[in-house]
Amino acid sequence: MNAAHAIEMHGIVKRFGNFCALDEVELEVKKGSIHAILGENGAGKTTLMNILYGLYDYNKGQILVHGKEVHFKSPRDAIHAGIGMVHQHFKLIEPYTVLQNIVLGYEKKGLFGFIDYRKARKEIEALIKAYHFKIDLDAKVRDISVGMQQRVEIVKALYRGADILIFDEPTAVLTPQEIHELTGCMKNMTEEGKTVIIITHKLEEITQCASRCTIIRRGKFITEVAVDGCDTKKLASLMVGREVNFSVKKQKKAGTEPMFEIRNLTVEDRQGICRLSDLSLEVHHGEIVGIAGVDGNGQQELFEAISSLIMVKSGTITIHSKEIQNTDPKTMLENGITVIPEDRQKDGLVLDFTVAENLISQNLSAPQFSRHGFLKKPEIMASSAALIEKYDIRPSGCSALKCRALSGGNQQKVIIARAIARNPDLIIAVQPTRGMDVGAIEFVHKALIEEREKGKGILLISLDLDEILKLSDRVAIISSGHITGVFDAQDADKGKIGTLMVGGKN
Amino acid sequence: MNMEKLIKIQLTNIILATVVGFILGGIVLVLTGYNPLEAYGALFSGIFSKPKYIAQVVIKSTPIILTGLSFLVAFKSGLFNMGAEGQYLTGSIVAAIVGSKLDFPGGIHFLAVVVSAVTASALLGAVIGILKTKWGVNEVISCIMFNWFLLYLNNYLITTPWLKKPNAEASYEIHETAWSLVAGKWKTTEKGIAALSGSGSPFAEMLLRTDLNYGIVIAVIVAVIIYILYKKTTTGYRLQSVGANINASRLSGIPVEKNIICAMALSAAISGLAGALTITGMMPHRLSQLRVHEGYGFSGIAVALIGANSPIGCIFSGLFYSMLEYGSSSIQSKTGAASEIMDLVIGTIIFFIAISSLFRIVLKKKKGESKHE
Ligand SMILES: Nc1ncnc2c1ncn2[C@@H]1O[C@H](COP(=O)(O)OP(=O)(O)OP(=O)(O)O)[C@@H](O)[C@H]1O
Ligand SMILES: [Mg+2]
Repeated sequence: MNAAHAIEMHGIVKRFGNFCALDEVELEVKKGSIHAILGENGAGKTTLMNILYGLYDYNKGQILVHGKEVHFKSPRDAIHAGIGMVHQHFKLIEPYTVLQNIVLGYEKKGLFGFIDYRKARKEIEALIKAYHFKIDLDAKVRDISVGMQQRVEIVKALYRGADILIFDEPTAVLTPQEIHELTGCMKNMTEEGKTVIIITHKLEEITQCASRCTIIRRGKFITEVAVDGCDTKKLASLMVGREVNFSVKKQKKAGTEPMFEIRNLTVEDRQGICRLSDLSLEVHHGEIVGIAGVDGNGQQELFEAISSLIMVKSGTITIHSKEIQNTDPKTMLENGITVIPEDRQKDGLVLDFTVAENLISQNLSAPQFSRHGFLKKPEIMASSAALIEKYDIRPSGCSALKCRALSGGNQQKVIIARAIARNPDLIIAVQPTRGMDVGAIEFVHKALIEEREKGKGILLISLDLDEILKLSDRVAIISSGHITGVFDAQDADKGKIGTLMVGGKN
Repeated sequence: MNMEKLIKIQLTNIILATVVGFILGGIVLVLTGYNPLEAYGALFSGIFSKPKYIAQVVIKSTPIILTGLSFLVAFKSGLFNMGAEGQYLTGSIVAAIVGSKLDFPGGIHFLAVVVSAVTASALLGAVIGILKTKWGVNEVISCIMFNWFLLYLNNYLITTPWLKKPNAEASYEIHETAWSLVAGKWKTTEKGIAALSGSGSPFAEMLLRTDLNYGIVIAVIVAVIIYILYKKTTTGYRLQSVGANINASRLSGIPVEKNIICAMALSAAISGLAGALTITGMMPHRLSQLRVHEGYGFSGIAVALIGANSPIGCIFSGLFYSMLEYGSSSIQSKTGAASEIMDLVIGTIIFFIAISSLFRIVLKKKKGESKHE
């Protein structure tokens, strides 16, 4: 027992059925520090934090908060003890406004039991100011960007009086700019005496802001290190248990005819506001084109326009000289395009279906999976087992497991496996490595490069500029729904791209 | 979780809920001055003491098994079908018309009745689905609207000279060729009546005194088909996928609007089948004046709930529900206690089953079996 520790977790064991997700895990977090937890996809980080937050029971172990032993029955108890959590997958109610979402579940009732929104608004505005956030309290959650949603989650936790904050992969969805703001915000918090626990797969973030780091591998506690003495390479090898190769090698390809073309695309939203204006772009065979930009500059709309989820006002989208704008996702798939959507839980997976079922969702009528409308179960299971093996989806042999039971990074692997297994001509990848560990990212990058070598086209939409520069042959910068510049990746200058990215923004 | 475990848990739930329901009913009986043992004795003898009673239970379970399945089908696709009443009426109206106005040989006539009734209610379902997908009309609202529309249509039709039987507040009966009674023709002939009442065996009495019909067989077949549909077919996959995550389904190339319309049509078709089978299988084989809905819709929801949203489960929960309902009448006739006591018991049972499902979900979340993300 040590009063200088905000959190102590000792010998935590957690089983899901026969599967042991956590095996005697240790965690000690100093008061007023930023503590990182590092581990591969499926290592058990989220599970450990869910236990700390009172969401899950545990089979064995001891938890102390500020030196006092606790037994949380529900998040309510954890919140009461001053613990706040910003989840990997946000828990906001989409049709409600930001203000309602923050107040929800923690209503301070006024006269006659009505929620006193005026008072709540004042308090929340004060918080927002103190942390220099930009949040529109009256916007509906479904209308705001993912980065904004996260800030809402943070404010929600702070509003409930948290002095220990858990961030589960907070930066996975943020732009470099937003990440910068977030680290500033976390540092502010520790200066005020708050304690921060952060789970992240981005090693630089750990070296930049955390003081200590706990490493978990496959549910086992490996070690706790002081971050000062470590570089990213060391952290990566500690976590994966082997050397990780950060750079990718690819051969230069000769230019060919474009296979996929977007011409003068204009898209308006329901209010008639222009989201994409006169956007043109092309992808050649064997080429990775990266779209770089600040979140909310039309990336989502571009993806939605290609997959016909939204209507195009003017302009064309052609693949193999066939126009596919304003059709439907089915037509897109049939013409050899697959997508890796940004929001895996909302647009990617049916969480209540099994891994095997999700893996065939785009291929239901293919003769290898069904005949006369009847599913061929053995073939489906065999193909799923092969993909699980090939893409190292964990836990191994999870064909019959519901996707809900997979860790975030492994859910992402299911989507990627499904996309590539279709053998498409063009892959639209939106944030394809969101929430993946460095080992898995290495794998996905390799897989994408491999597709490129096979002559496939890849349109990579990512907020992670480093990822774009690393993978792309050409980089296009999007700003306010318009392409403001296209570079060959070799002679791309990060500084210039950065200026272009924000330049077009109002 | 595997099927076996699920069944076990649901069974314990039902048994527990039933015990609680009966205890609560017993308390009310005591408070109102009746002997609960006597009343429940009457209940059980009213269900099990004669083959005739058991037959009644089975007969009465047919429509609610079907409306239960109907609710389940819509629910799996994320729809809330509150319109089983209206769809049931569509089925029975069409059945009465085709059964009384057209002439076919036996058997074929029955088929014609069923097919046309099912088609008509499927169309109604499709309309509800189209209203939802094209114009965003919530299915609950359109369903309730259609429920009343069809009730008044029923009441109007049986006043028209075309369908109204002279000197009756009802329509013409459907022809015997469309009946689905077991030994329907023979048992109404003089010879049949003589043979049955002469034999003195309880089974003969069952045949003679009840409307024992083939409906239950059809209901069981439908349940099995639905089970196979969801377990083994691509259509079933799509229908469920749309209910479980509409966005992901759309992006996977599944035509979601079409599937929603199909789900609603299928759901309505099954309720329509319930209506048709009641007309063909039960006296008086005709439409009559209705003041309110017959309640098959709500019973259907209860049946689907008790059946843990499994098609096969619906068969058993339908039988169970029908048992309690039918048995309640003998409580009244034998002890004088109001049969509403059984409504209370049924209500309590459903309440506790619903609660226990909720409870189970919460428990599962804690253990992390259903991941909270
Ligand atoms: N509800 C559940 N049922 C069964 N297994 C589960 C459940 N939740 C998690 N698991 C398993 O426990 C392991 C740890 O999962 P967890 O979500 O904690 O991983 P993680 O370290 O957060 O990974 P990621 O970086 O991908 O988010 C995984 O193998 C996962 O499949
Ligand atoms: Mg996680």
